[in-house]
Amino acid sequence: MSKILILAEHANGQLNQATAKCVTCAKAIGGEVHLAIFSNDGQAVAKQAAGLADVSKVLQIDHQDFSHPLAAQIAPELAAQADGYGYVLAPSTMFGKDVLPRAAALLGVNQVSDIMAVNSARSFKRPVYAGNAIVDVTVPADSLVVATVRTASWAAAGEGGSATIEQSAPQSDRPAHTRFVELRTEAGDRPDLQTANIVISGGRALGSAENFEMIYALARKLKAGVGASRAAVDAGYVPNDMQVGQTGKIISPELYFAFGISGAIQHVTGIKDAGTIIAVNKDADAPIFEIADIGLVGDLFQVIPELEQALS
Amino acid sequence: MKVLVFIKRVVDYNVRVKVRPDGSGVDTGGVKMSINPFDEIALEEALQMREAGTADEVVVVSAGGNECQQQLRTGLAMGADRAIQIDTDKTLQPLSAARAFLALIEQQQPGLVLLGKQAIDDDNNQTGQMLAALWGRPQATNAAEIVINGNSALVTREVDAGLEVLDIDLPAVVTTDLRLNTPRFVKLPDIMKAKKKPLDVVALGELTSHDDTNLQIGQWSPPAQRSKGIMVDDVAGLVGELKNRGLL
Ligand SMILES: Cc1cc2nc3c(=O)[nH]c(=O)nc-3n(C[C@H](O)[C@H](O)[C@H](O)COP(=O)(O)OP(=O)(O)OC[C@H]3O[C@@H](n4cnc5c(N)ncnc54)[C@H](O)[C@@H]3O)c2cc1C
Ligand SMILES: Nc1ncnc2c1ncn2[C@@H]1O[C@H](COP(=O)(O)O)[C@@H](O)[C@H]1O
Repeated sequence: MSKILILAEHANGQLNQATAKCVTCAKAIGGEVHLAIFSNDGQAVAKQAAGLADVSKVLQIDHQDFSHPLAAQIAPELAAQADGYGYVLAPSTMFGKDVLPRAAALLGVNQVSDIMAVNSARSFKRPVYAGNAIVDVTVPADSLVVATVRTASWAAAGEGGSATIEQSAPQSDRPAHTRFVELRTEAGDRPDLQTANIVISGGRALGSAENFEMIYALARKLKAGVGASRAAVDAGYVPNDMQVGQTGKIISPELYFAFGISGAIQHVTGIKDAGTIIAVNKDADAPIFEIADIGLVGDLFQVIPELEQALS
Repeated sequence: MKVLVFIKRVVDYNVRVKVRPDGSGVDTGGVKMSINPFDEIALEEALQMREAGTADEVVVVSAGGNECQQQLRTGLAMGADRAIQIDTDKTLQPLSAARAFLALIEQQQPGLVLLGKQAIDDDNNQTGQMLAALWGRPQATNAAEIVINGNSALVTREVDAGLEVLDIDLPAVVTTDLRLNTPRFVKLPDIMKAKKKPLDVVALGELTSHDDTNLQIGQWSPPAQRSKGIMVDDVAGLVGELKNRGLL
């Protein structure tokens, strides 16, 4: 049976849920599932990883150079650890997309990007053209499979596992040419956009950062995460990490509200896996209504306060 | 500093491509082709560097058949100094492209190499990272800001948690995200001028004899359609519908 190595993602001592989604994809492929954790002090994360169902081993590789997730540091080490594995997987997050292709090149193979379904152990479905087409990609038997996993397509693996944890030191050289300077986040107390059950997004129609306060207020009421269209981000109403879509976050909440978003293909590709999409737009012909489960033609500046009141 | 910018010819982002009924690919006959939007941003950034005096030469490179000369000419009209076509009739998988790009880098010795973060046709998001790996040089993907400081650069990257700043030695590979800049429009006189700028053609085989094609592309299919939804008249209707479905 083939062995599958998953590059785990974590921050602040917490395993990212995207990793648990990769485990589910690995299960669909079939094989022994191991997780690799690169950290300066990976013990807490390794424990969480070892508790994931269906994971049999956790490789904990600690070094001070891994205190920040730098592709130039992690990729050579991941490639070194990949020896003996048939598959190397990572989530299609910014982290996975940054590190994995660098490792794939060192391993001499192309990467299968964004696995959304597994046809067989060596054949996968992935989206191309901003999700306008799906293509089957087969990796021949003599080639290592290096792939990112489209997290919105997979449920997170459960808990109850008891994997062994194997600690080791890095085997490869780490370059000095790339240095971490800082991470700027606007971490608030809102639920994380990528794991929230409900997400409320606003578009260009909000008109200002101040007006976005309406969206935040509704989100607080519904304990929802907050997203935005690219137009809203570009206009400076909200920070970039809130962008939903082809070049932002691909999400799959149970409930998605789009207020004043036209429904451009690049936005829609980020919400196709949502359970129920609700769109409010004052233009009855807005393309967002083509994919919305429930549509309401109206002015968001009236609808949002009314909705807030109806929910009180 | 010489800046190399890799630009790919792709179906324009406004075109809604359709999968052929026989599942053999997408219909690209007669559709508008453009420079990949992220690559256009990469080129704009290089041009701004030249205007600011940090770059002295901007070279655009595209791998493809003769039709990609159209995008190279557009790049020249935007302001690139010269262009190179890596001539091939094959669709290059990212590792093959990276291998060829590296060979060209070794000839051209640029101080900075810019690519788009992803091509909007294959949506692979791999080539820049692979090139950096093969070259053994720094990579900064998803750049939102690039500041050149002599032999190094400060790059602000878009990451899931917000913005990350890296300090990288040059030469390096940087891939661009949407917010880096807004590309300029091409003016008519510049299109005329671009016709006189040098465009060299080099055969793929002159750069690499290695074949890195390890993925087999099979059947294509259209994405699953979401079933048609309903319209409600007002907020009361919306809340009622959500409650009916057990969603609130
Ligand atoms: C390569 C590329 C990648 C991209 N990636 C992304 C991406 O990841 N995510 C993304 O979102 N976009 C992306 N875009 C941009 C995308 O094409 C659209 O431009 C963008 O999604 C539009 O944002 P919007 O819907 O907020 O704005 P608009 O298209 O301007 O729509 C605003 C909508 O608000 C409605 N409206 C106005 N006033 C009101 C009101 N008072 N009440 C109710 N409705 C109102 C209007 O009818 C309109 O439908 C990308 C583009 C490119 C080229
Ligand atoms: N055939 C090509 N010609 C020029 N540049 C390319 C080509 N293929 C890929 N690139 C560059 O690599 C980037 C990423 O492509 P991809 O890895 O395919 O998503 C693109 O944005 C381009 O800058």
